[in-house]
Amino acid sequence: MLVVACIKQVPDTTQVKIDPVTNTLVREGIPFIMNPFDTHALEEALRLKDRFGVRVAAVSMGPPNAEMTLRKALSLGADEVVLLSDRAFGGADTLATSMVLAEAVKRLAEKDELALVICGKQTIDGDTAQVGPGIAMRLNLVPLTLVDRIVDLDLAAKTIVVSRKLEARHEIVQSKLPALLTVVREINKPRYPSVPMRLEAQDLPVQLWDNKVMNLDVNKIGLKGSPTAVRKIFSPEREQGEIIGDGMKDPEGTAKLLVEKLVQKELLAL
Amino acid sequence: MTPNSKIFAIVFVAAVLLFIWSCVRRFSLVTIGKPEDRFDNFPARIRDTFLYAFCQKRVLQKPFGINHFVLFWSFMVLLLANIEFVLKGLHHSLSFMLLPAFIHNPIYFLFDLFSLFALVCVIVAGVRRVVAPPYPEAITLDAYVILSMIALLMIAYFNLHGVELAVGEISALMPISAWVGRTFYAGIDLESAHSFINFWWWLHAIVFLVFLNYLPYSKHMHILSSIPNCYFRRFGKANTLPTETFVKGAKFGVETVDQYTWKDLFDSYSCTECGRCQMVCPASNTGKPLNPRKVIHDLKVNLLANGPIIKEGGKPTLPLIGNNGEGSITEDEIWSCTTCGACMEVCPVFIEQMPKILQLRRYLVEMKATFPEELLNLFENMEQRSNPWGIAPTERTKWCSQLNVKPFDASCEYLLYVGCAGAFDSRNKQVTVALAHILDAAGVSYGILGKEELCCGDSLRRLGNEFVFDRMARENVKLFKEKGVKKIITLCPHCFSTLANDYRQYGFEGEVVHHADLIDSLIKQGRLKLKKKVDAGRVVFHDSCYLGRHNDIYESPRSVISQATGKAPIEMDRNRAESFCCGAGGGRMWKEEHLGTRINLERVGEALTKNPDTICVTCPYCMTMFDDGLKDKNADKVMVKDIAEVVAEALQ
Ligand SMILES: Cc1cc2nc3c(=O)[nH]c(=O)nc-3n(C[C@H](O)[C@H](O)[C@H](O)COP(=O)(O)OP(=O)(O)OC[C@H]3O[C@@H](n4cnc5c(N)ncnc54)[C@H](O)[C@@H]3O)c2cc1C
Ligand code: SF4
Ligand code: SF4
Repeated sequence: MLVVACIKQVPDTTQVKIDPVTNTLVREGIPFIMNPFDTHALEEALRLKDRFGVRVAAVSMGPPNAEMTLRKALSLGADEVVLLSDRAFGGADTLATSMVLAEAVKRLAEKDELALVICGKQTIDGDTAQVGPGIAMRLNLVPLTLVDRIVDLDLAAKTIVVSRKLEARHEIVQSKLPALLTVVREINKPRYPSVPMRLEAQDLPVQLWDNKVMNLDVNKIGLKGSPTAVRKIFSPEREQGEIIGDGMKDPEGTAKLLVEKLVQKELLAL
Repeated sequence: MTPNSKIFAIVFVAAVLLFIWSCVRRFSLVTIGKPEDRFDNFPARIRDTFLYAFCQKRVLQKPFGINHFVLFWSFMVLLLANIEFVLKGLHHSLSFMLLPAFIHNPIYFLFDLFSLFALVCVIVAGVRRVVAPPYPEAITLDAYVILSMIALLMIAYFNLHGVELAVGEISALMPISAWVGRTFYAGIDLESAHSFINFWWWLHAIVFLVFLNYLPYSKHMHILSSIPNCYFRRFGKANTLPTETFVKGAKFGVETVDQYTWKDLFDSYSCTECGRCQMVCPASNTGKPLNPRKVIHDLKVNLLANGPIIKEGGKPTLPLIGNNGEGSITEDEIWSCTTCGACMEVCPVFIEQMPKILQLRRYLVEMKATFPEELLNLFENMEQRSNPWGIAPTERTKWCSQLNVKPFDASCEYLLYVGCAGAFDSRNKQVTVALAHILDAAGVSYGILGKEELCCGDSLRRLGNEFVFDRMARENVKLFKEKGVKKIITLCPHCFSTLANDYRQYGFEGEVVHHADLIDSLIKQGRLKLKKKVDAGRVVFHDSCYLGRHNDIYESPRSVISQATGKAPIEMDRNRAESFCCGAGGGRMWKEEHLGTRINLERVGEALTKNPDTICVTCPYCMTMFDDGLKDKNADKVMVKDIAEVVAEALQ
C-alpha cells in the first residue's frame, strides 16, 4: 500500500518582505523550509509506515533547489521522493499545481495500490488551501480536510475514520479508501532525523520528473494552464496605534485609561 | 616467635594469587573501552599525583578530609609494617630487627603510632556514619565491613606486640603496644603467652589476607585505583568533548559501556563514594533524579555486568540507558544535568562525571532522535535560523538601531560577537548597549557581524546535538576567517567558552575575551575612565559556571564591581569554584523544569540571605534565571544587573 505526502518548499515567511514596486516576494537570501503543515503531513505518513508498513512517497513541485527539502524527507524515513521540476511547470496557480501533483500521484500508484494522499492544510506562502482538494477531485479521492486525528484505519477493509477540526467543534467522519487528507498542526509532533538517517539520505536518489517524464499538455500546466492572474499583492496598511499611559509605572491608572478608551469606541459596554 | 611458616606460605601464596586473579579480571574490563591518550605531560602528571594523591589536596578541601589524610598516610606507613609481617611469617629472621637499633627503634615506634592513628580514624569514620553521614546512602554494610576489618587489624597488631613485649619476646620502642601488654598481659605465663601470640598473629594474618581479597569487590577498590586515576587526570577542558566524524555506518555517542574510553571506565573503579559530587550538584540538590555519584556507580555496575560478555564478543544484557535499576541510567537523569561542572571540580580523584552524561545525550539525540519535546523547536530553530528562538536574522541589529555601531571589517581590532541573547532578548539587549557605550568610551576599535552573525551552538553541543553543532562551528570558523577576525569580545560566558575552547578543535586560533576581563583591563590600563562611583547598594556577585569553573575567571568581574562601586561585592556562601548554577546551562535554558524544585529559586534564595539591593551577573542566562527567580520570590525590588551595566552607569 502506498501513502503519498505532498510537501512544498516555501520561503521562511517570518523573513519575507514584499517588494512594494513589483508586488512580488523579495526572495533573495531568504532561507527555504519545508512548509510547516507539510512536516505534519509527512510525519503522519511516516507513522502509518511505522504502524502498518505502508510505503511512503513524498512529492514536491518546485525549483531544483527543492531537492534539499526532499532530502530532509528522506532523512526522516520516506521511501521514495520525487521532485517535479520543469520550466513548463513554473508560474502555476492552484489549478495547474494540483494537475501536476495529481498526475504524479497517478504515476506513483502504478507500482503500488494507493491508500492515502496526505497534504498540509495550507502553505504559509500561497495560503490558499486549495491544492489538496484539487488533487482529490482530479483523482476521484474522498477529500477529508482539516484532519487532526486518524481515529481508525483499516487497510484490509479499505476504510478510514478521521477527526476534522472545525471551528469550535470536531467532526468524526468515516470514508472509504483511497482518500486525501489535509492535516492541521495538532495532528502530531514531527520527528527529528537521526544522524545515521541524515547521512544515509545524502546518497539516496531524489527522482527528477520533468515534463519529458510527465508528458503533460503544456496548455494545462504552468503559467499557461493557470487562469488566476495576480493584480496586486500588498501588505495592508495598519494605522499606527497609540501608547496609553505608562503600564510599568502606573498599571492601575493605565488599565482605567484603557477601559475608558474601549468604552468610548463602543468596543466595551459597562 | 613466628607461627608455622609452611602453612602460612601456602595460605599466603593462595591469597595473593586469588587477589591478583580478581584484580586482573576486574581491571582488564577497562580494555573494552575506546583508546584515549592520557600518557602525555609526564612531569605534570607526576606533580599532580604527588599533590592530589599523596598530599590529598582535594580531599583536604573538606574539614573531614583530614581524617582520610591521616588514614591514607597510616596505610602508607603500615604497608611497610605488613610487608615485614608477611616476610617474618615466611621466615622468622626476616624483620627490621636485622637493622641496627637506632634505625629499627624509630621504625617500630612509627608503626605503633600510625596503628593508633589508623584505629582512631576508623572509629571516627564509623561514628561519623552514624551521627552525621555525608549522605544517607553512605551507611552501607560494605563501609562497616571495611572499617571493622581495619580496626581488627590494628587491635590484633597491638595485642600481638603487647604480649610479645610483656613476656620479653621482643624489645622495641612501642609505647601503645607496651601499654596493651602491661594492661592485659602482665605476668602471664609463657605458655598462655604463646597461645595468645598464636591467636593474634593468625587473626592479623587472616584479616589482612581477607581484606586484600575483599578490596577489588568493594568500594575500597579505590585504594588500588585512585592513585593511577589522579595520574591519568585530564589536563584539557573536560567540557570540550571530542569531535565526531560523520561518516555512514559510524556510531555516535555512547549506548553501551564499551563505547566509553578506557579512562571513563577506569573512573568508575576509582569512585570512593564520598558523595562530594552529589552534595554540590544542582540537580541532586533540587530533587531531580540525577546524582553524579550514582551515574558513576551505575557505570561500574554496568561494566561488571556487561564487560565480560562484551569481551567474549557477546551483546550486552543490561542496558546502560533506561529504567532498569542499578547499572542503568534513566533519560530523566541524563537530561537533568546543567553541565555546571561542580561535580568534577570537587571530585577528589578527578572523575569526570559530566562528559559521560553528555556522551549519553549524544547517543539519544544523534542515534535515536529522542529528547524532551521542548528541544525539537530549539533544534529546528537553530538549523533554520541559527538562533534558539527562531527569530529572523535581520533582527540581530535591532539592539543598536539607535547607536552608531559599525559592521566588522578589516580595520576593526575586535569583533563584538553579540550572541543570540544579547541580540534578541529584550533584557539582555540593554547589556549589549551598555557594553557598546563602554567600548566607545574606551576608544576600542570594534565592529559587529549583524545579520550575518550565527549562533555559536553552545546549547546544541551540551545537549548532544553534535551533528548540527559541528556544522555551525565550521560555518562560524569559516566566517571568522573570511572576515579576518583575530580578536573577539563576547558578552556571554557560553559564547566565550565555545569560541575560546571548542572552536580550537575547528582551527580557530584567534583571541577571545569575555567582557569581564576586557573591562577590567581597560580600567586598569587607564583607557576607560570612570566618572563616578555607582551607588548600587549592597551588591552580591554570582559566578557563572562557564566563566568561573569552566574558564577560571573569578577575579576580573569582582575587580570591575569594586572599581565601579567603590566597594568589593558581597560574596554568596557558595562562591568562586564552589558557585551554584543558576539552572540554565547545558541547554536547560530551553527546557521546562518538571522535576523537583527550580534551581534558580534555590540560588536566588541563597543570594537573598545576603540582603542585596543588586545582584551582579556576567551571563545572559544567569540574568534571565535571576530575573525570573526574583519575581517568583516577590523580591523584584532587588535588581539584577550585568557588570557592564554597572560600569556604563559609572561613565555618566
Ligand atoms: C495570489 C497568488 C499569486 C501567485 N503567483 C504566483 C506566481 O506568479 N508564480 C508562482 O510560481 N507561484 C505563484 N503563486 C503560488 C502558487 O499558486 C501556489 O503556491 C501553488 O499553487 C500552491 O498553492 P498554495 O501555496 O496556496 O498551496 P495550498 O493549497 O495552501 O497547499 C495545500 C497543500 O498542498 C500541497 N502542495 C501545495 N503546493 C505544492 C507543491 N508545489 N508541491 C507539493 N505539494 C504542494 C501541500 O501539501 C500543501 O500543504 C501564487 C499564489 C497566489 C495565492
Ligand atoms: S555538571 Fe553539574 S548538574 Fe551535571 S552532574 Fe555535574 S554537578 Fe550535576
Ligand atoms: S565521583 Fe568523585 S566526588 Fe563523586 S562520590 Fe565518587 S569520588 Fe566522590
